Formats: sequence, structure tokens, C-alpha cells
Amino acid sequence: MVLAYLRRIGSLHTNPVYRFAHEYSVGRRNYSARGSTLEQAVAAFRSVVGEDGVSLGTAVRDQHGRDESMHRCCPPDVVVWPCSVEEVSALAKICYQHQLPIIPFGTGTGLEGGVGAVKGGVCFNLGKMDCILDLHQEDFDVTVEPGVTRKALNASLRDTGLWFPVDPGADASLCGMVATSASGTNAVRYGTMRENVLNLEVVLADGTVIHTAGRGRRPRKTSAGYNLTNLFVGSEGTLGLLTKATLRLSGIPEAVVSAVCSFPSVQAAVDSTVQLLQAGVPIARIEFLDDVMMDACRCYSSLPYVVAPTLFLEFHGSKSSLEEQVTVAEDITRGNAGSDFSWARDAETRERLWKARHDAWYAALALRPGCKAYSTDVCVPISNLPQVVVETKRDLMQNHLTGPIAGHVGDGNFHCLMVLDPNDADEVQRVHQFTERLARRALALDGTCTGEHGIGLGKKALLCEEVGPQTIKVMHSLKAAMDPANLMNPGKVL
Amino acid sequence: MAARVLVGVKRVIDYAVKVRVKPDNTGVVTDGVKHSMNPFCEIAVEEAVKLKEKQLVKEVVAVSCGPQQVQETIRTALAMGADRGIHVEVSGKDYDALGPLQVSKIMAALAKKEEANLIILGKQAIDDDCNQTGQMTAALLDWPQGTFASEVVLEGDKLKVVREVDGGLETVKLDMPAVVTADLRLNTPRYATLPNIMKAKKKKISVVKPGDLGVDVASRLEVLRVEEPPQRKAGVKVETVEDLVSKLKEGGRI
Repeated sequence: MVLAYLRRIGSLHTNPVYRFAHEYSVGRRNYSARGSTLEQAVAAFRSVVGEDGVSLGTAVRDQHGRDESMHRCCPPDVVVWPCSVEEVSALAKICYQHQLPIIPFGTGTGLEGGVGAVKGGVCFNLGKMDCILDLHQEDFDVTVEPGVTRKALNASLRDTGLWFPVDPGADASLCGMVATSASGTNAVRYGTMRENVLNLEVVLADGTVIHTAGRGRRPRKTSAGYNLTNLFVGSEGTLGLLTKATLRLSGIPEAVVSAVCSFPSVQAAVDSTVQLLQAGVPIARIEFLDDVMMDACRCYSSLPYVVAPTLFLEFHGSKSSLEEQVTVAEDITRGNAGSDFSWARDAETRERLWKARHDAWYAALALRPGCKAYSTDVCVPISNLPQVVVETKRDLMQNHLTGPIAGHVGDGNFHCLMVLDPNDADEVQRVHQFTERLARRALALDGTCTGEHGIGLGKKALLCEEVGPQTIKVMHSLKAAMDPANLMNPGKVL
Repeated sequence: MAARVLVGVKRVIDYAVKVRVKPDNTGVVTDGVKHSMNPFCEIAVEEAVKLKEKQLVKEVVAVSCGPQQVQETIRTALAMGADRGIHVEVSGKDYDALGPLQVSKIMAALAKKEEANLIILGKQAIDDDCNQTGQMTAALLDWPQGTFASEVVLEGDKLKVVREVDGGLETVKLDMPAVVTADLRLNTPRYATLPNIMKAKKKKISVVKPGDLGVDVASRLEVLRVEEPPQRKAGVKVETVEDLVSKLKEGGRI
């Protein structure tokens, strides 16, 4: 299927036969190649986590070799389930002794193939470590283990008036979100993972356990030493296993108002966004859907949407401040030829207004039943967003690709939901080339090739283009210093 | 026009917790375990607060029976918008044995004392799944009841309740005063926000004992034993369809 992505792993022909042959030998990584080493290691694993904590089953390994991206499955040789940081450390030591790759696994909901065991090795499923520790309500912080997902945390916090606002699409493991430096629809107000992690407990490749800000420490700010916490945010499992994260919480908004507005052009929508931010409106969410997406939503839900570039807005605050925010927003959108500005306060009407945005993924899939969808992810300075979106739409049309656009326009981040037939090799190739052009277009406009999903397997070359040779060298040095044997999630990021 | 709504809220083990049976099989482990408001009670509170926001009722009173800790649950109801709370103090062995019959007697007594026109309860608690308190309360008061409500509309001095029943939806019209029990789809309860939690600290919770209400909480039920459900046995693989059929016949399944 995703022959286009195989090219990243090694330079391969697009010949289907070649692809199958390669997949057979790499995908089913030879167990016997290092058979006795693995046997010894597995015996040692069993003594740490017991029989139930280790699996060699094919189905289990396959499950742990894939995430929600379109990268093909790369199963590990063995999967282990540690229940404590001591067990993680002991298992890592064994892997280090036997020089086995270590692949951390949270919820398997990544979008860039981060869990693929391209060199085989040991998958550490951290899901059994699922405690919420140390909630400090007055300090707005909480510490969680890797098995805790964002929805589970927020459900547990619901009586405290606090929440963790970073909300990527999936119900992902919070430590996994740290590893990919995830973001969500309200980053414009609450920030991404980079701004919301106070401390991390990390197990390095040789089993050493460190606390990036010191054990148990959680000051809101610090000037102490190198910022190791943020070194691990976005490291995608290539520098260490994250076994605890201390997160910054926010107060649940007192009241919420949602609004929708259509515009005659992408430029008008983005201009409104810039002006809203400049006006100091503490807007919580600004989501953009292009006309193709609005048309897809109109067909999917049979609601009379205006088929035009549309902004979906959400405001958080006290009841009185919301009045003011909405008035300012309405003035600004009107000034940019916005029309059909509608807003709502109560939960049911807000749901209806935002329905298109929530259904976007499914509406896109419904455009071509039987096809799969892949989400691109680039981010540029907001002022460059109209240019990159207009050029991208032209690219899509010229190459006959289906790619409705949805974006977090307040951050300059947008996704083309590419709908494609995975069995049509030509289309797969064209989509792959399109995403490369898109990434390069974003880089040319002072942006990044990935706003939220990470580098993973597929964007390593783009990362080099993005940061340049000298900076990449520094990244390599850091990696070599922390993981000289390249055991931590090899084949990703660098 | 209904003036006062009584809402019952129960403190239960949080739905996300893995419940464990005590080693002596007398009950489940509750020490050190996270507790929160019964989810159906949250829905009941939300409905009462919505009625107050529509100005159809004047006051929402949250009631809970149990030891000191249930005041946390009442505070959550206050943070959601209830006006004041009543803590009916029951502790120790009495609390372990507290069940729907005693609670419904307490609710009935309070309804008379507080001159309530409407009682809203959750349809059942997630720890005992009894689904009895609402019905018993209505019977003791000789009030009409609208249970498993998925929609409640106050029309003058009558209450229209849409009930979720096995065959679909049933709409009934009740004279007030009445008892309603909330089902899952009645509403989506609001989260308690920090400013509201702060305000709730200043709202009043009065404490009463069951004796003050003339209620005897002695239980007529004795719990003999609590056990975990039997462990799931491994399945048996068979080689052929004939084997499958004979095994099913052996087991009396066909």
C-alpha cells in the first residue's frame, strides 16, 4: 500500500513486486537473525514483569507495529508491559545489555509512524502505568503516568474546576502527547505541550532514571540549568522513555460562546483572524474550513451550509467578558466582508453551529466512499497563510487530488485531509509528491513541515531542510550523547 | 408554579475506579478510593439548575445522606448551581446498611419539612444499581412519578415527562407535586468551574439527623457475602464443525 513511504526507509523502487519482497523480509524482521540474544533477553524480561508482562504473539506484535498513520506495520520482536518506573528501568537495562532497540508505546494513535519497529526490537507498552498522581489544585499542576489519556485526566478532574486543555483529535496518552509535542484546537489560547509541561521523569536507554526538573519539583517557572524538560518534549521516543509527566492545568472556562462566519475569500478569513488577535481578543479557538470542506459537510450532514471559506470561533471567559468579545469579533468579521455571523451560548446550539467542524474528517471520507484519509500538517506564520493555502488549493486542482482543508488558523497551522484510494499506486504516488511540495512550500514561507504531528518516519529529510545542516549536526550530537548505541526508537526524527 | 426542588445526590465510588472486593468478603474497598457524585445524580442536579435558570423554580436544595465526606458531594452540587444543601448525618454501621427504603423515608420527610413541589433524583446509583429510591419516595408521599426521564417540561402546574421505556418513549403528564428520576439522555451536566466552586464555599449546608426527621434507619437487610464475578474461563478450540456441534449438544446448548 504505502509504497511512497517505503522510499523514506530506504531508497526502493516503486515496483510492487520489489515492494512486496522487501516488506516480507523487513516487516517480518528475522527473529532468528539474533535468535539466541532475543531468547536470553525475553527470559530476563519474564523475570522482571512475569509471564503476563511479555508477549511474542504475532497478532500482539502486529498491533504494536502500527499507529493511525498510513505507514505500513513494522512489528517489534517482542512486546513488554512494565507496571512501574523500576520495571521500565530494569527492562531497559536488559535491552541495553543485549543491544536491542527500545520502542515506547502509549495509545498507538500517532500520525507519523512513530511506533514502527524498523529495526525490530522491544516495544514497551506503558499502558499499565495508568495512575494520576499528585494533583495540586491551588498550584494548577498534576503528575500523570503514560497510561493516562487526556480524556481520562479531564474526567477525573471534572469536580475540581480544572482541565488540561491540549486536545489533539485522538484520546491520546498524555506522555505520548509530550513525546510528539502535540497540540490541539485551542493552542491559540492555551498553548501546545511545549508550554504545558513542568517536569518529566525519563528512563534513558541504559536504564538510568532522571527527573528533568528535579524529583517532585513543580515551580511555575525556573531558570535552573539547561531546559531538559523541553528537550524531551517532541523527542518522539528517540532520547528516552517518558514515565511521568507533570502538567500545567487551566481553569475550566466559566462560560463558552461559539460563533460561525463565512467569507468571500481565504484572505478575508485570515485577515479577520489576524485582526482578532491584534485586538487582544483572548479567543480560545479559531478553526478554518475551506469551501471544498464546507461543500463536503453540506453533503454529509444535509445542512444548508454556505459553501465558502468559513471560520469557526470559540470564546471562553466570564459571562460579561464574552459579550464584549463577541461584539468585537462581529465588527471585525463584518469589516472583512464576513457574512452570516451566527453565535450561540447554550451547549446544544453551540454543538449544532460547530457540527461541520466536528464532522470534517468523516465528511471528507464520505466524498469518496471506500477510500482512506491522510492528514497533512504544515504550519507557517499567520501572515503567510493565505498564500500557502491558495497555492496548495491550486496544486490540488491541477493534480486532481481530493484534499479538503481544515486548519487551526490562529496558529497558521492547517491540514489537507487527503482522501485517496490506497490500492491506486499512481494516486498514492501523486499524494506523496503533493505532500512533499506542500512541506517545501511551507518551508519557503518561513514555516515548518510539521505543526503538530511530528517527524516520525516520513519527514526526516524535510527536517534536515527545515533546520539546516549545522543545526541537524547539533541534534545528532545530542542524540549521540544521550543514546550512543541508537537503541531508542531508531529510524525516527533523525 | 413550582417553588422548591429537592435533588438527591449520592456519594459513590468514581466510575473510573477498578472496584476491588475486601479480603473478608464483607464489601468492597472504599478506603483511599476516589469517590464522586453518582453520574445520574449529576444529571438530576443539572436539570434542577436548568429549571431555575429558566425561572420556573425558585430554589434548588441538594440533599445527601451519609458521613462527613458527603458534604464534598453537596458542595459539587452547589458549584453546579444549587442554592443550599442539607446533609443528613448517617455514619458507621448505619451508613453501611443505608439503602433505598431508608433514603426514601428521609426524602419524603424532607419534602414535607421543606415544602418542596418537585423531587428530582438519579434513576439509580452506580454502586448498588437499585433503581428504587425515586419510586419508593413517590409511594410514601403518594405523589405521581415520572421515572427514566429523558425530557422534562414544566407546563404551569403540570409536568410533562418523556420516559425511556423498553418499547421506546412514553410521554406522561403529572400533577405537581411529583417525583422525577433522571435517565442518561435527559441532559449533559455542566462542569463545576473555579469561580463557581469559590462561590459554593459560601453557600449554606445545614446538618440534620434522621431521628430529627422521625426516620428510623435500621435496615431489614443483612449482607451475607460479597464476591467478585467468577473469572472468565479459557475457551476451547475445536478442529471441525462436527466437534463444535457435538460440544454444543453436550453442553445442552442445542
